Amino acid sequence: MPHKLPDRFYKPGPLPSLFFCLGLGFFLWSLQGAGIRLLDLWEGLPGMAMIAAEMVPPATDRALPMMGAVLVTFQMALVGTVAGVVISIPLAVLAARNLSPHPLFYHIVRAVVTFARTVPDLAWALFFVASVGLGPFAGTLALVMDTLGFCARFFAEAMEEVAPGPSEALTSMGARRRDVVVCCVLPAAAPAMLNTALFALEKAVRSSVVLGLVGAGGIGAELAVSMEMFRYDQAATIILMIFLLVLAVERVSALGRSRLMNR
Amino acid sequence: MFAPSMPRRVSPSMPTLSVTEMRGEICAGEGTCALEVRCLTKAYGRFRVFEELSFSIAAGEAVALIGANGSGKSTLLRACLGLVPIDSGAVFVNQQSIHELRGAKLRACRAGLACVFQKHNLVPQLSVLTNVLHGALVRGLGARVWGQSFAPAQERQKAMACLEEVGLADLAGRRADCLSGGQSQRVAIARALMQDPACLFADEPVASLDPLAGARIMELFRRLNRARGITLLFVSHHVDHALHYADRILALRNGRLERDAPATTQSHETLKDLYAA
Repeated sequence: MPHKLPDRFYKPGPLPSLFFCLGLGFFLWSLQGAGIRLLDLWEGLPGMAMIAAEMVPPATDRALPMMGAVLVTFQMALVGTVAGVVISIPLAVLAARNLSPHPLFYHIVRAVVTFARTVPDLAWALFFVASVGLGPFAGTLALVMDTLGFCARFFAEAMEEVAPGPSEALTSMGARRRDVVVCCVLPAAAPAMLNTALFALEKAVRSSVVLGLVGAGGIGAELAVSMEMFRYDQAATIILMIFLLVLAVERVSALGRSRLMNR
Repeated sequence: MFAPSMPRRVSPSMPTLSVTEMRGEICAGEGTCALEVRCLTKAYGRFRVFEELSFSIAAGEAVALIGANGSGKSTLLRACLGLVPIDSGAVFVNQQSIHELRGAKLRACRAGLACVFQKHNLVPQLSVLTNVLHGALVRGLGARVWGQSFAPAQERQKAMACLEEVGLADLAGRRADCLSGGQSQRVAIARALMQDPACLFADEPVASLDPLAGARIMELFRRLNRARGITLLFVSHHVDHALHYADRILALRNGRLERDAPATTQSHETLKDLYAA
């Protein structure tokens, strides 16, 4: 007897149908909550065109100090990322289910890492500006916290996904836990960790621009001043510089990642 | 010989036997006992992997552990290394019950046991030399042998000597993931030799190798057993290898020790029924 072809589509049960309808209803309600008003968008178009026109040609009168600020932005991102990555490694070992010495450590460190990740970088920047004062140091500290929340989680997951064989081989010969972590887990997780660190650097460069808006140093502060003084031509220069910086970091990062994947 | 004060794990299901009664005949007859398994029982949930297994292996002996798929060979090997918990019974290594040891004592006990796994279990991103050097971790060298770059000269030379022994000294600088299956298995053996083990376990060491490479690996094991006096316990699906390279054959069937006999008294015919449905 020939077998019946399976249906092309599966009929969802009553519960998934209910959840789908509820989700759709919530989305439609959210459109109202998000204040979507197409008429305002239409009326705002001339204003946008006017600002765009004033941005051309971009001003070059303050190009040199702006380039200095871009450099500071990149330095903040680099130092913040490296420090965050370094702190993330031991935290990730404690937050990896297969390596954590005790479930209590695992849950505490996971909670700390989740907290660091869920607090927005802008909130961290405001916190550190209030604590250590205006300037790039506050921004760098904010980036450290942001990177830590991001990297510690993904590092821990990379460590959990490492094949258990080599670790078991060293354990069976009587190696210490720290030897197993350094000799087996870290080398095996290194490509994924480097990949994550490069993403973190890209993210930090983008974040460091915004952090300047709240006084945490870098090019963001210049952008805020230009916008407040209606110097849209200067703002255009800054936006172009930010674009080039982010593009350069993304390209170099992508190149590094492709090299890693091909090894 | 077992001292009277030797730790004994006694479970409710374990029959009350004297130490002499529980000790294997070979140990009693031929010298120091390298490993003794006593009334060992292991289950995964309701599935009994093996039950009330008892045998012993004399120092310097080469023993093959054979049996059909699912007969509990690999689990038994892992239990002997203390890698899996057991339900009852005991495994004695150098008169110490390995499942009762913790921390430094467990590490010290394991230091004398080397294991070559079916999948070799090298760290693929590291060089051959670094993988071999990791065998020296058992001597408490810690960070000094994490990588070959900063390892003491003496340990590096010893690692090279181990690679020479398995015929792979020319590949010392190559990454482990660039090796063939046979080469990778040889590196795993070199890492085991770096431990200076008294006892070498091998879990289906030729499973992923072609017949020629497999025979070379088995020859190497045999040579190490003969020349260095390393006690050898290997799991194999190859009856040929068991008959040719072992002094003694242990055969598991349905979780029980079906046969424990010198290899010279066995043949393909006598072992055929082990694999019957």
